[in-house]
Amino acid sequence: MNEIIAAGPGLSAWLILAGVLFSVGVYGVLSRRNLIAILCSVELMANAVNINLVAFSRFHGDTLGQAFALFGIALTVAEVGVGLAIVMLVYRQRQGIDIDDLHDLLG
Amino acid sequence: MGAWIAFLVIATVLLVGALMVVSARDLVHTVLWLALSLIATAAAYVALHADFLAAAQILLYTGGVVTLMLFAVMLTRRQSGAQVLIDRANGGLRAALLAAALLGLLVTATVRGTPKLVAPTFNVDSTQALGVTFLTRLILPFELLSLLLLAAMVGAIVLARRDGKGVKLARLAPRVVIGQPHDGGEG
Repeated sequence: MNEIIAAGPGLSAWLILAGVLFSVGVYGVLSRRNLIAILCSVELMANAVNINLVAFSRFHGDTLGQAFALFGIALTVAEVGVGLAIVMLVYRQRQGIDIDDLHDLLG
Repeated sequence: MGAWIAFLVIATVLLVGALMVVSARDLVHTVLWLALSLIATAAAYVALHADFLAAAQILLYTGGVVTLMLFAVMLTRRQSGAQVLIDRANGGLRAALLAAALLGLLVTATVRGTPKLVAPTFNVDSTQALGVTFLTRLILPFELLSLLLLAAMVGAIVLARRDGKGVKLARLAPRVVIGQPHDGGEG
């Protein structure tokens, strides 16, 4: 026990934290109905993935993981930009951004 | 000892923020809690010796994404000043069960499969190493990334602008009556 405390949080501690964060994000995506809230939850999931990458980078002593995390950040930011543009478009047409109203493709 | 305290503080702030993001009723509060989680993530990056990433996280997410989202929230309020409420969908319990199952899977896999790695103790200047990596090994993906960001920017502008092609694109969708009342949404 003392060694664990002295060694500081290991790789698995960070991975579990990221796992919890990802699960919270999944719950948000599934349970929220507002498009912007869903985008926020997707952000949480992307962050969990990035924490994983950075943790692996730290414990392997290799910066490649950080480079991947930076790619992840840039991709998420691009996704948010396009996603919010789509949200604005939906709002302009429907006067609301509830996903329950978006069922045009439902057979 | 100090590392554990930092980890626990970061984890607590991060998870409280995340839980509030998925449960807050007011959209503005949702976005602000998201900002808190994103800042806590930046702190996690600092704890993991990824200084440059922490700075990029603050600049891009808290500076860019959260501001964008706040704008989107303000622009999509139906009546100005009215509080936007979000109803929990009927699938709340099912979503929680699914998320809990996923969490169990992830934790099991982590506990069983994580290799025993010890972080190198020597002090690495990770920012310099990251820059060298980007401009040598990853030069092509790096340039492709700028192309992607340009495409995303142009795409967002084309989608969101009111005149010209943006509206034509918008008119492709059928069964749209502007001003049509609809149930659902605010309650």
